[in-house]
This record gives sequence, C-alpha cells and structure tokens, in this order.
Amino acid sequence: MKNLEDLEKKINSELTTKINNTEIKHNQIFIETDKEDIIDVAIFLKTNQDTKFRQLIDITVVDYPEQNQRFEVVYLFLSHEFNQRLIVKYLIAENEVIPSLTSIFPSANWMEREVFDMYGVSFKDHPDLRRILTDYGFEGHPLRKDFPLTGHSEVRYSEDQKKVISEPVKLEQNFRNFDYESPWEGTKYIKEEIESNDKKN
Amino acid sequence: MTKKIKNLNLNFGPQHPAAHGVLRLILELDGEVVEKADPHIGLLHRGTEKLIENKTYMQAVPYFDRLDYVAPMNQEHAFALAVEKILKIGVPIRAQYIRVIFCEIGRILSHILNVTTQALDVGALTPSLWGFEERETLMTFYERASGSRLHANYFRAGGVHQDLPKGLEEDIAKFCETFPKIINDLESLLTDNRIFKQRNVDIGVVTKEDALNYSFSGVMIRGSGIPWDLRKSQPYDCYESLDFKIPVGKNGDCYDRYLCRIEEMKESVSIIKQCLSKMEKGPIKSLDGKISPPPKAEIKQSMEALIHHFKLFTEGYRVPKDEIYTAVEAPKGEFGVYLISDGSSKPYKCKIRAPGFSHLQSMDYLIKGHMLADVPAVLGSLDIVFGEVDR
Repeated sequence: MKNLEDLEKKINSELTTKINNTEIKHNQIFIETDKEDIIDVAIFLKTNQDTKFRQLIDITVVDYPEQNQRFEVVYLFLSHEFNQRLIVKYLIAENEVIPSLTSIFPSANWMEREVFDMYGVSFKDHPDLRRILTDYGFEGHPLRKDFPLTGHSEVRYSEDQKKVISEPVKLEQNFRNFDYESPWEGTKYIKEEIESNDKKN
Repeated sequence: MTKKIKNLNLNFGPQHPAAHGVLRLILELDGEVVEKADPHIGLLHRGTEKLIENKTYMQAVPYFDRLDYVAPMNQEHAFALAVEKILKIGVPIRAQYIRVIFCEIGRILSHILNVTTQALDVGALTPSLWGFEERETLMTFYERASGSRLHANYFRAGGVHQDLPKGLEEDIAKFCETFPKIINDLESLLTDNRIFKQRNVDIGVVTKEDALNYSFSGVMIRGSGIPWDLRKSQPYDCYESLDFKIPVGKNGDCYDRYLCRIEEMKESVSIIKQCLSKMEKGPIKSLDGKISPPPKAEIKQSMEALIHHFKLFTEGYRVPKDEIYTAVEAPKGEFGVYLISDGSSKPYKCKIRAPGFSHLQSMDYLIKGHMLADVPAVLGSLDIVFGEVDR
C-alpha cells in the first residue's frame, strides 16, 4: 500500500494480537511485537500482496543494561513495490534464544552472526552461528554497553616466543569520558538547589 | 579399480591482490570448479560503532570517511541526514548542491576504481593506469574543499564545514568537459574487448528474486533489472530537482554490472553540471549557533559566539531522544545509518548498514559451480571495500 496510514491499519487488522504497538515516525512504521511471533510477522510482511516487504535491510540489537529485558532486537524491512520502510522490534532478556529468519530471508545469515558476535544473542535454527567480525578466539561481546571501549586484551608479536601473543590491555592513560553539562540549563548542583527551592515555595 | 577423490581446500587471501583488501576466502575445489566458498571477514574490524557511541556527533563524522574509503563523503552524507532529521533542521540550498556535487564525485571515484581494477583482475592493465590519473584529479577537488584527499570530514549536520574555495567550481566544470572523453577511452578498451567479455559475460548471474532475497542494493540490484535507486525513489537533499537517468541491466551478470557503472559515471557528470549551473551564493551551513560553529571573526567580537564555539567543541550539540533509519544511495548500494539518540551529545547507538556486507555474504551463492579463475571476476564486480564490510 502506498499510504502509510492505510498500511498501518492493514497490518494491525491482519496481525491483530501479534502486534503490541504501531507508530509512524519520520515516514517509517515502527512495530512492536513478541519473540514468539516474529516468524509469522516476517512471513506476513514478505508475502502479503499489500505489504510486500521483500527485502530485509538489516538486523541489529540495542542494549539497555538497566532494564530487566535488556536487549531490543530490531529488524529493518524495505518494500520496493510500495517504497516503504518498516521497523520491527521486540525486547528479550539476556540469555534468551530467539528464532532465526534465515529460512525466510537468506541474507539474515550474516546479520544474525553479527548480532551474535557483537551482543551474544543466540539464534535458534541458524545454520552456521559463528563469530564473524571479531578475531578467532575472541572473548566477550564488544557492543554491549558494559564492554570497555579499549577492550580486555591486545595482541603483539613476541620476539621471544616467535609468535603472536595476546596480553591484557595496558594503557598509559585510560579512555576518559567527560560528562559535560549544558550551561544553558545551569550546572547540576545549582539546578538541584533551584528546583528544591521551587518545591519549598 | 576405484580411486578416492578428495576435494581440495584452498585458502584465498588474506593477502591477495585480487581480494581487494583483507579477505580470507576458503574455497572448496573439485578440480577447478568451486564447490563452496566461505568468506572470513573482520580482519579490518575497528569497532567503528562502539567508537561512535563514545564520541560526540561532530567527532563521529571522520569515522564515516574510513568505512568505504574510496567514496568517503557519501557515507558522511547518510549520518548528516540522520542527525538533521532528528534535530529537524533544514540545510541551505547551496550546501545541498555542494553535498550532491561531492557525492557524485565520490560515485565517480568509486566506479573508476571498481571498473579499472575489475579489468586488472581479468588481465587488462592499461585501464587502471588511465583511471587513476582521473581519480587523482578528483581527489585534488576533495583536498581543495576539505583539506584532505581522502578522509574529508567535510559534511556537517546542517550543511558542510566551509564554502568552496575560489576557482574550484570552474575547475570542476572543466573536468566535466574533459572526463566523458576518458570514459569513452576506457570503454574503447573494455566494452567490446573479446577477453574482457569472455571473462565477464554470464559470470555471477543474479536473478531478480535472489537479488531481493540476498538484500542486494545499488548496482547489484540494478544490474539484475530492478530499477531501484534511492536518489529517485526516496530523494534526499536536492536530488528531486535534478534530471538524471537510472541505468538498468538485463542479465544480472558481471558484464551488465560493468555497463551500469560506466553509464552511472556519465549520469554523475551530468548531475554535477546541473548543480554547478544552478548553484548560487549563499550560506553553506545552518545558521543556528547551537548546532554549527560561528565564523572565526565573530568569535573575536561576540561573547555569544565565543560561548557557542567553546560548547560545540567540548560538549557538542545535544540531540533529542529519538530513533531513525536513514539511507543514501552510496556508489556501492544502500548505505544506511540507524541512529538512536538519548538526549545527550553522544549517540546511544549508531548501527551502520553497509552494502558490501550483504553483497559479500552471497559469495557462496554466486560462485558455486564457477571456475576458480572466475572468483576474482565475481569479487571484482561485487565492488567490495573492506573498510565498510568490516566496519
């Protein structure tokens, strides 16, 4: 369907309970669903004559470490026929295994491998779930928010052992993350004082 | 008597001139026929996405140059557009033209490199020597506008860093007059060349259906006959007001993709010409002092400008909480940025969608049943650059 609102209505009426929430933002439809329903939603989006989201653009995960359901899995779809973009999301906890889309979209293969590598999210029924971007024998999942920017280990060639060895990272100076405050809103302690004064008055 | 035949495993790369970078390709061969290809990537992984999460929006721009380093400004464009949409700021018309000119220069840069190195892979040396001369001229334009030949760091949210220096517009116009002849020269070497055709026609054929299934974009999808170009279908900046054609292939083989690239270069030249003729004097970046830094002269006079300058280069500008996916038609295909902002001056997440990643993943599908000698030809026509595949 060419029209975004019509498409939103269509998806809501066809998938009813499988959709938790829909929203139109920046000319794209954002859909919230559940882990269990993602396969059905993807098949519907791909095959239905009014949606035809036949291309999976990307899969990624957003990490919110403070939440109970820590990871938000995001799928980006594109429909060439109707020139629409659609984003499907759902939340999962840390050790949950999620279904793989490789049987519907072959291109999901590497995208899911990347998610597995970067966030440590496992996929059920994935044909070949190996690390993809990091080094052979790498430990940890770099894009998690609790993984340090400078990493845990570094490699170098050891002249004594005549091979490449891996050692814990040694830094002369750690990466410094400055917390700037906006002068337009006032520094924090003054702002808090003003706010507490406001409350008293 | 029966003899047991074992398939041969061949390690192609990571250091191989035809791998176009650091690709380790493990090939399973039955005689000279490839049975299976397993690309190992990530040898150039630098953690771009993680780094961007720890840098301000302005500091993130240079990382985009280092993705697809043969057409740097096209990547910056996607990021700039994403931030602009979240901030809801407009871009002055002159800045739009400048950005489009440099994106098209990037497209020519990338296509020259690809077409000529593909020819090199299948045995022709001369095109690359001729092509690189033109690339050098184009990179001088990059240098004159931004200060560096490759890693430009030129686009900003709300415009570009600085205006074009005196005389650059005229020189680009002159280039547009002479360059079509160079394309014709390249074509005279390759298009009807018997060896080039034997190596490319009917090699690495992609059907329409598979082009969709494997998330192809750019020349890879157009070569298979699907007329899809984001500059036309989801226009950004001033592409809507420009007149250009989208070349589409028929057979989806390496040769059609080569032809598409040649035609696209011609279209790019025409786009640059149109931009140059339509361009007028005017501002080149957003005039909002909270987003783009003030001119140096103003800092000496105005307290406000000094504060803006200081805050922009320490804290950076804050971007309201939002999320967006923005894509541009980079020379290699759909380059997208999925940006999540949380109201601070650093992106919460910035997922980069690189076209080369999904193209390379189909290597196994493309090469199965072909000869070993076809591997470089197919790899060349995929237009892989490891900066963007590995990120």
